[in-house]
Amino acid sequence: MRELPAGRDALLLDFSDEDTPWRSALDVASRLRAAMTGGELPTVTDVVPAETTVLVQAVPGRGLDHLGLHRTLRRTSTPSPIAAGDPDTASASDEPVVIGVRYDGPDLDAVADLAGLDVDEVIATHRETIWRVAFMGFAPGFGYLVPDRPGPGRLDALRSVPRRSESRTSVPAGAVAVAAGYSAVYPRASPGGWHLLGRSDIALWDVDAQPPAVLTPGRLVRFEAT
Amino acid sequence: MTRPSGAHPQHLDVLATGALSTVQDLGRPGYAHLGVPLSGAADRGALRLANRLVGNPEGAAGVEVTLGGLSVTVAGDLLMVVTGAPCAVLVDGRPTGPGAAFVVRDGQTVSLGTPTSQLRTYLAVRGGIDVPSVLGSRSTDTLSELGPAPLAVGDRVAVGSERDAWPSTTEAPGTMTSVTEDVVALHAEPGPRAQALIDPGVLYDGLWTVNPSSNRVGVRLDRIDADGALPETRSDGGTVASEGVALGSVQIPPSGQPVVFLADHPVTGGYPVAAVLTADSVDRAAQLVPGQRVRLHR
Repeated sequence: MRELPAGRDALLLDFSDEDTPWRSALDVASRLRAAMTGGELPTVTDVVPAETTVLVQAVPGRGLDHLGLHRTLRRTSTPSPIAAGDPDTASASDEPVVIGVRYDGPDLDAVADLAGLDVDEVIATHRETIWRVAFMGFAPGFGYLVPDRPGPGRLDALRSVPRRSESRTSVPAGAVAVAAGYSAVYPRASPGGWHLLGRSDIALWDVDAQPPAVLTPGRLVRFEAT
Repeated sequence: MTRPSGAHPQHLDVLATGALSTVQDLGRPGYAHLGVPLSGAADRGALRLANRLVGNPEGAAGVEVTLGGLSVTVAGDLLMVVTGAPCAVLVDGRPTGPGAAFVVRDGQTVSLGTPTSQLRTYLAVRGGIDVPSVLGSRSTDTLSELGPAPLAVGDRVAVGSERDAWPSTTEAPGTMTSVTEDVVALHAEPGPRAQALIDPGVLYDGLWTVNPSSNRVGVRLDRIDADGALPETRSDGGTVASEGVALGSVQIPPSGQPVVFLADHPVTGGYPVAAVLTADSVDRAAQLVPGQRVRLHR
């Protein structure tokens, strides 16, 4: 883990040198969030896992307590199941969220071509993989899903599919997409540059729920054809 | 946002909004890991000052007015104050000063002129603005479209009961002097991906000017003609893996024209962040007017 400066009120922890950076980032973020919600790190408001990093953000102007952060990192450095103690984040043993998908997306043929598969193989590979929410961003409730447990399908081929060369100005809510090794479900209509495999009816985002997102960092996800 | 009258005896009726008037508090921290930006007042210091001058908790909601033009009629006798970008403050056409709390009587109209400098003015009312809270905040987030819609003519907004003890002072001593320097100084600390630039020092050389496309998400900086080079990213550093973005981050897209992220900044970004402004400088950046000149200091 490397520490990269991010001003007086934040710090970026970088795990890009590790074998599976997203897993290390998710694990450290879960432990820091658990410590934060337990009353440690009083000026820290947000711990944001991403592809290879974790941003620790304190109240603007209050200054990040580097000493306290290091103490917490040391204290929690014993490997633990992902998310233990973090109420927003499901533990590794949790059942996957099951998302029903109508696999009728406009990019199925393009994905099959790019992956060197046929359309049925694309769908089967997507369905048979158990995914995990590595991190969130782009829009509220938008989770970046990475393969956690591959199924019998051609996952490497599916993961080789890049983003679309042109972004769509509007992707409908519930669109199920893949790009650059990730899968995602659009929580609401928005622009988007990922390949659309299908549609789901799942309501991923509800500001009146706690937490407001169905997918939270660490959750397992499985797609089911409907 | 419209409430049945009578339910809230104290309220504001919006007669004019200017370019953009939104309800803002100190934002919705704690949800960034779910993709929710901080949002809140772009100039957090100005909102906190306004709240202190009317005896509110610092995080009570007020109205953020971009380039003036807000006009409201009040129901009930209220204590109000205007901070941030200094502008004419009229109560039924009679001038009162910014930076000092004033009493507005039931039925009177408060109007804000165009700021004489800076961009964003804050109107606070004792008790705070009471619109429905979304994820713990009454802020309008223009990027994620969370919170109430921007104020519109005809809206009725309730005044809340978020009051502390009466303030010991209702006037801001010396804090309302406007930022009128020829060149606004913004202080930056190192950012996580400064090394992605061939020469990070280029950021701190010469002057920048504020691009008119700046908004609550970010301030876009252009070079003044021939005044200096644009920062260039290394051949392998133009994009970085998606990563968390701190408030005040100075992101360098491939064009080399920096973007300073303000309140409604995205949670993660994909271009290198070469510097991060201090909190005070984020507030100053939020007050920059298009065309104004800026120098970054480290």
